[in-house]
Formats: sequence, C-alpha cells, structure tokens
Amino acid sequence: MVILTLKLQNVLVKISNRNFIFTICFIEASGDYPGASFFSTEYIVLKIFQHSMPVKSPVKYAIMLVLVFLSATNIVESVYAQHDETGVIQAGPGQIVQLGDKLARAKLKNVQTVLVKMEAAGGDAVLALYQAMLSGDLFYVKDASSVSGNAALRRLVIASKTENRTYLLQDAITLDSLGERTKKQIKKVRSNNKLRGYLRSAIARLTLNSEQPEIRKSAVENMLDSLDSKSIPYLEKAREQESESDIIELIDVAIALNVLRTSEDVDLRLQAIETVQQSLRPVVRNSLTQLLEQDEQSAFIEPNAPIRAKAREALDDFQNKLDFYGLLETIFFGLSLGSVLLLVATGLAITFGVMGVINMAHGELIMLGAYTTYVVQLWMPNNIEYSVLVAIPVAFIVSGMVGIAIERGVIRHLQGRPLETLLATFGISLILQQAVRSMFSPLNRQVATPDWMGGSLEFNAVFSITYNRLYILIFALLVFFALQLIMKKTSLGLYVRAVSQNRDMAKAIGIRTEWVDAMTFGLGSGIAGIAGVALSQLTNVGPNLGQAYIIDSFMVVVFGGVGNLWGTLVGGMSLGLVNKFLEPATGAVLANILVLVFIILFIQKRPRGLFPQKGRAAES
Amino acid sequence: MKVTSAISRTVSKVGLVLGFCMLSTALMAADTIKVGVLHSLSGTMAISETTLKDTVLMMVEEQNKKGGLLGKKLEAVVVDPASNWPLFAEKTRELLSQKKVDVIFGCWTSVSRKSVLPVIEELNGLLFYPVQYEGEESSKNVFYTGAAPNQQAIPAVDYLMEELEVERWVLAGTDYVYPRTTNKILEAYLLHKGVAKKDILVNYTPFGHSDWQSIVSNIKKFGSEGKKTAVVSTINGDANVPFYKELGNQGVSAEDIPVVAFSVGEEELSGLDTKPLVGHLAAWNYFQSVESDENEEFIAQWKKFIKDDKRVTNDPMEATYIGFNMWASAVEKAGTTDVDTVEQALIGITTPNLTGGTAVMNRNHHLSKPVLIGEIQEDGQFEVVSETDGVVPGDAWSDFLEGSKDLVADWVKPIRCGNFNAKTAKCSGQNF
Repeated sequence: MVILTLKLQNVLVKISNRNFIFTICFIEASGDYPGASFFSTEYIVLKIFQHSMPVKSPVKYAIMLVLVFLSATNIVESVYAQHDETGVIQAGPGQIVQLGDKLARAKLKNVQTVLVKMEAAGGDAVLALYQAMLSGDLFYVKDASSVSGNAALRRLVIASKTENRTYLLQDAITLDSLGERTKKQIKKVRSNNKLRGYLRSAIARLTLNSEQPEIRKSAVENMLDSLDSKSIPYLEKAREQESESDIIELIDVAIALNVLRTSEDVDLRLQAIETVQQSLRPVVRNSLTQLLEQDEQSAFIEPNAPIRAKAREALDDFQNKLDFYGLLETIFFGLSLGSVLLLVATGLAITFGVMGVINMAHGELIMLGAYTTYVVQLWMPNNIEYSVLVAIPVAFIVSGMVGIAIERGVIRHLQGRPLETLLATFGISLILQQAVRSMFSPLNRQVATPDWMGGSLEFNAVFSITYNRLYILIFALLVFFALQLIMKKTSLGLYVRAVSQNRDMAKAIGIRTEWVDAMTFGLGSGIAGIAGVALSQLTNVGPNLGQAYIIDSFMVVVFGGVGNLWGTLVGGMSLGLVNKFLEPATGAVLANILVLVFIILFIQKRPRGLFPQKGRAAES
Repeated sequence: MKVTSAISRTVSKVGLVLGFCMLSTALMAADTIKVGVLHSLSGTMAISETTLKDTVLMMVEEQNKKGGLLGKKLEAVVVDPASNWPLFAEKTRELLSQKKVDVIFGCWTSVSRKSVLPVIEELNGLLFYPVQYEGEESSKNVFYTGAAPNQQAIPAVDYLMEELEVERWVLAGTDYVYPRTTNKILEAYLLHKGVAKKDILVNYTPFGHSDWQSIVSNIKKFGSEGKKTAVVSTINGDANVPFYKELGNQGVSAEDIPVVAFSVGEEELSGLDTKPLVGHLAAWNYFQSVESDENEEFIAQWKKFIKDDKRVTNDPMEATYIGFNMWASAVEKAGTTDVDTVEQALIGITTPNLTGGTAVMNRNHHLSKPVLIGEIQEDGQFEVVSETDGVVPGDAWSDFLEGSKDLVADWVKPIRCGNFNAKTAKCSGQNF
C-alpha cells in the first residue's frame, strides 16, 4: 500500500476551480499505515475510495485515475472549502461530519481507520473530539433529527454531566452548544485500549505546538516513546520554535535516537549515543540494548565494534543510575510503609504503651475513622477536594468519643486484669464490626480520592514519588510530633505521665486519675481515627479494615518499646524499611514472615523492645 | 413413690410433646422441598457471599410464585458458615443429616468447597457451586456452574495475545489455591504458545495485601523493556483496590500495561473509586451491561427483591441463576428430588443464560458458557470488547498440565468417573 500511495502522490490532479490549485493525493488511510495522517498538513488528503485495489494492469490504473478524478470533482463541489493563511486548503466541517457519522456507526475494529481519516481531513479541528473520546465523553445523539436537519446522519457530541443528572451537549467539531439531554437520549462512542493508545499519540501530534509547555512536553515524550522516523520533521520544526530547555533536550534525544537507528555514519552515531545517554527514558535503554544483541549464530546485530563499546559504556552508566534511583525508591517505599505503621501504632502507643491497656478494638477505632471519611464525603459531595481535611478533626472526635465510651463503660471496671480486658475489648471489636455491617452493609464503601492526592511527583523518567504516599508520610510525622508536644508541654500530658508512672501517688497529690484515664484513652482512640482517614485513601473502607492492622500496630509498639513514643517512630520506620528491602528478594509473602520471625527473635533477646522504659515505673 | 410417679408423668408428657413436635416437622418436611443455602453471612467472605444467599432466596420466591416444584412449595434453609472453612463441612453435615435438604447452593472460595467435598460425598448430597474456579476436580455430587480455567483464563490470555499483541506477562495473584493452580495452567499455556520463560513474571501476595508500591514499581520496570506487557491478575477480594490505586498513582495506564482480572466484577467495583481502573479488563461469562431480554428481566427482579435501585448483578449471580433453574427443571423431569436420579437428569439439561444464549450441563458436571472480555467503565460497569463466537464447554481437567491432560470427567454410564484416564482407560477411584 505504501508504494501505491507514493505513486499516487506524484499524480497531481490539477483542477482549476475558483483559482485554487488542488493537490489531491490518494491515500489508503487504513490502520496499517499510521503515517497517513502526516500528509495532512502538506496536502489536502481526500479519501476517495475505500478499498484497496491491486494496481497491476494499466487498464485498472487508468480506471482508477478516472475514478479519482470524477469523485474528486464531485467532492470538491460539495465540500465546503476555505482558505488558510498558508494557502493550503482546509477541508471544511462537512466531510468531518460525514466521518463522524461513520465513527458513531463503526464497529470497534474499524474505528481506528475512521479516526485516521478524520485526522487527515480535519487536522487541529478534531483535537477536541479526540480528547473527548479519550476521556470517554464522546457521545452521539440517538434521535439525530433533533440536532441536525439530516435524520440519517449521526452527530457526534461532547457531553458533560450536569448536577441534575442530565448531560450538557456540545457539538464535537464546531463546539456549539446543543442544549441538555438525558442519559437515555445519547449513546457513548465506544473505545478500547488500542484506540486510546492511538488517540494519545494522535493528540501528541496535534498538540506539539500547544501554548502550554506541559502539553508540549508530554506530546514530545509520547512521540519519543513510540518513535518513528516520520515524526522527525515535526520534531525538528518544533525544536526551532521551542524555548523551554528541557523540551529541547527531549527533542534532541528523539532526533539523536533516530540518527542512531537509521544513520550509517559512524561518527554521527557515536555522537548520538552521547546525546541519548543524558536521558533515562526506557526507550533509550531498549535501543542501546538492541545494539548489543546477538543473533542465533551469536554474531552481533550491530557490526561496528566502537559503537558497541560506546553503547556498552552508556548502558553501564545507565544501569548505575538506575540502581541508584532504585535504592532511593526502595527507601521511600520503606519509609512510606513505615509511616502507615507509625500512624496505626501511634494511638496504640498511648493506650497500650502508656496506659497499659491491651485494646483489641484498636483496629475498629481505625475503621470508624475511615467510615467517618466516607460519611463526610456523603455530606459534601461537591467539595471532595476538602473532604479529607474536614474528615481529620471529625474522625478524631468520633473515634475519641467511642474510645471514651469504651473506657468508661468497660475498661475501667477491669483495671489491673489484662486478660479480661483483652477478652472484653475483643468482644467490643466484634460488636463494632457487626454494627458497621448492619449500618453500612457488608460491602466496601467508596471513598473518593481528591485530585491533589492522585498522581506522582516526577523527578526523572525512572524515579517518581506518588503524592498520596508522600502526603501520608508527612501527615504521620506531623501527628507524631503533635502528640509529642501534647505529652511534653500540656497539663494533660503531664497528668498522663504522672498517672502512668505511679497511679497512687498521682491520686494522692490530687490528680483525678479517672478523668485522666478517660482522656488518655480518648486521645489514643482519636489518633486511631485519624489513622483511619489516612488509610481510607490507601485501602478498602469495609468492616474488616481494622483487623488487617491490629497485629501490625501491636508489633510496632512492642518492637519499639512499650511506653516509649520515640520507640514507636523508630520501630515503625525500621520495620517498613526492612520489609521493603526484603520484598524484592523474597516476595511479599516471605518478607512478611521473615519480619515476624525477626521480631520474635528480637523480643527473645530484648523483651522490652528497642527503647525500654527506664526508672522505677519500668519495674512495676 | 410420689416423686417417681411425678417424674414418670412429666417424662411421658415431655415424650408426648416431643413426639408431637417430631410428627409436625415430619409433616412439614413432606410438604416442602428444602433448598439449603451455604454462604457466609459474616466474616471476610460475607462481602461476596451475602449477595448469592439473596439470589437463591429470590429464586426460591419466584419458583414458589410459579407454584413450587412437583406440587410442593420450596423452603430455603439458610445457615452461616461464617467464612470459616472447617465450619463449612460442619454446616453441610447439619444441612444434610439434620435439616434433610434436597439440594445445597453454596461456597465461594475453593478452600471452602474442598472442605465440603468429603461430607457431601459421604452423605450423598447435591451441591451447586457458582463461582469461577481453578478446575482439576469433578465430583459426582457437585455441579460447577462457574467458569473453569478454559472458560475464563485461557480465552482472556488469547485476547491479550491476539488483539493487544502482548509479549510479556505478569501473573499476579493472592497466595492460595485458586491463583496458584490457575497460574500454573497459564504458565504452561504461555510456554506452549512460545513465550520465553524470562518474559513471564509470577508474583504472589498475602490475602488483603495493601502495600503495592514495590510490586507495581517492579511491574512498571518489567513492562518498560520494549515489549508490550500485560498483567493477568488473580488477586482476590479486598487487595484489588489498593493495587489499582497504586497503578493509577504510579502512572501506569491501561494503554501501557493492561490488567486483566478474574476476580473483579460489578459488585467489587461498586465499592471503589473506579477512576484509576478505567480501561482495565476483566474476563467473565456474564456482565450486567449485556443487552438481552432475560438479563433486563433478571436485573429488574433483583432490584425489586433487594429493594435497592443501585444494587448491581454479577457473574456468580448468573451462575446461581442458571444452577437453580437447571436443578428445578431436572427435578421436574425426574419427578423426584432423589439425588442420584436428579444428578443423571441434570446432565444434558439446557436453560437460557442471561446473555441471550443457552447453557448446557455437560457430562463432566460443568457448563457450556460464552466468554466475554470487558473493559471497566467509569460507572463501574463493563463494556464488552471481545466475545467468543459460541459457547465454550467447561473442561474439568486442564489440557496444559502434566498429569491432568489425560484425565476426563464423564458421569454418564459406562464411564461414570470424575477422573477417567483416557490413556490407561482407568478410573483412579479417587473420589475427587
């Protein structure tokens, strides 16, 4: 087909009509020839007849030419054509509307063919349509006569949901408003992964000259990742106008990569390796690896030895960088897992560590915090962005209140009887779980993630940090230090420390120990609630949420040293790190087991944990 | 003396009352056909299994509206095995020997089914198992209405290979029997298809795993080596949400590395924010979005029964629906609820499925089903992107595993065996 295309490109059918010279080239715009769209800016590409035809005999060739001519003149008259500054004629919307109708009717298999034609015909005009299709907002109106004169022509629209469950329509090509429709009156234009991939690269081509640097950057990145030599002229042109240095660098890498792949000049290629070496993108590494590959006779595919040596050097360098960033990444993953452990264990460090109450319902207090986030989001569905922030104090109060109720109702009657406390709080945990099941159903609840918590902070092509983990790490530390402050600087903290060190003495000097117990337990429970808010952004919000974390939290507190908040911090973080460094080597299942075995051995050696409490209080 | 007579009088009274009670239950039992429901209503599996309990109750209610079976009303007997595997066996015994049920609809996890098997075979009960599973089993007393691996996993891999031209594979699963066996079959299948060993990455995680950072980053690296990569996920239950969230956050989109899941259905999706999942795939034999008259009717009926307009339907519900209807027509055909007669009557029974076709019960106690591949949409529904031409008969023993490729299950005479070795022409005699 490519040969056919090239042949016909030379056949210039000149039609003198309204003083324009039409250059008509025939292309078979099928999916197997994606380069087709690139002709759009240089030629008006009119798709004249659909199926390919073997051009062997001159007769057929002649027939085809006649056909081309005839249909071209027909279309030229019907197509609404207009001038462009460059003097190139742009096909009018009429043809795109026709193609839009095809798009709405096409089977998934054939959609890409239609899209290629659309881009060829419309150029920039289809950008909005493509973007809508990519995000799943492209529909057509079932009853076509209600939006256009022609009932047989399906018209593509971009639909956005309004608050009262109807859809606001916009013409996909002209972007004119078309009023509101209900869901039943419109139907979605179907799409799949393959098409979305195509759309993404098409959008990259169309947005290469966008005003916004981020869009240009992602367009270049996209072209670089699926580089073919046809994009090079576009990139070269874009480079001339580009002002951002990092985008210029990316374009240079792309051009150099192309040189490396296609050029025969050894010096140029060696230079190209030096240029691409700067980039950490996987496509660069893959190209370099390919240079070093051997075929079945173990002969190198790349015959030139200096180039191989240079590529080897570049790859080694690449690997070193990769290892370095891999290490950074593992450290971050470890700290992030540690921060989750710290969050869930901080509350327990108060109730178990300081007060000495074995609270098996701790996990359920976390779960209540997570459900509070869900309920808060139900209250403010239009402000999801802030809902998580609002949920933090609300969850603290809800879980804190439940905690105080548990303390007043059950635990204080069981003071000094740890076994009974354990059993009673375990019972409470079951009650709380079942209560949530009855109130909210046993199904998981959907907690939305605010946009500012999605995505990741990219440092370079191989190292990025996800925002939600980063925020939770910061949040965990904030909570921890706030708690330290409360314990060290407030009168409540002073009382708590006094009561935990010597209850009778504290009572004797006039501290209301009962009140302090309730407040301390409330504080620990409230912090569990806050941990629940954070967990709602990481995992499922369901009745079993708490059970998954109760063992972890006890593990951290015991490992860190009962009664020592700093121990909890160090314990949580080091368990997280150990786990994440083990995981790549052993797999997640074995890593968990090894960590548990390690803790068992550690506790054997140092029963009081990393940072044992010192002084008289520790002896009791 | 007085005391003794008082005692004897009391005893006789009690005896009378007891006798009366027993008589009345006997009368009751004669009036109804008992349908046992063995699904967890509490514990970790309650999230999935409660729905199936409700489905059976709805089907029983419908059948009773139609006048019951054989002129008798149906009576559902619900027990709660509480996601506790040994308790499944105890509850089965209770259903069969005390409650005297005629049929049981139940189980979700493979381990619960394995726990029920010895009991149901010993007491000769009848179990309909409605969930997709790893195969490698065929019991005389169990009918498998969910998908076998060749009705879900293999067609999904074929789709990825042919349509998306995937060359590298990540087999990620939760660490238990279903993912382990399925991945073993898939690995053998991929190697058989010419995929190199280094292009397959197998990864297992514990139940409820929530920290997916390293694994996703690993998958990302594995996928960035120039070949199209896909993840085949047998990750179970709750662990899916954090997995997909992490994929989204680390910028892995469905176009780069699609994930095809075998345990994510409409019900699971209704509990999570679907934004990061859009475009990822699932393979099932039924989707709520399939357009057919039977399906529309079923969805309307379900929403009415459960009194919630937002509840969704899913594949195991369809399997329960098919199983129940098949059992009902087999009982009608046999004219009795006797297990052995019904078991033989069930083979060859056909009933409409919900996707506009017909389900057939084959001789190996597995169904013939269509296989659908769907892409997850933002509204938590699936858009079908691929569909097998006809129905695929379920294969109890995988053709890609050593030791099981020669085995066939055939419960029709003269073979009547769940694991008949075609090469040696012998039935191993092993019960399951």
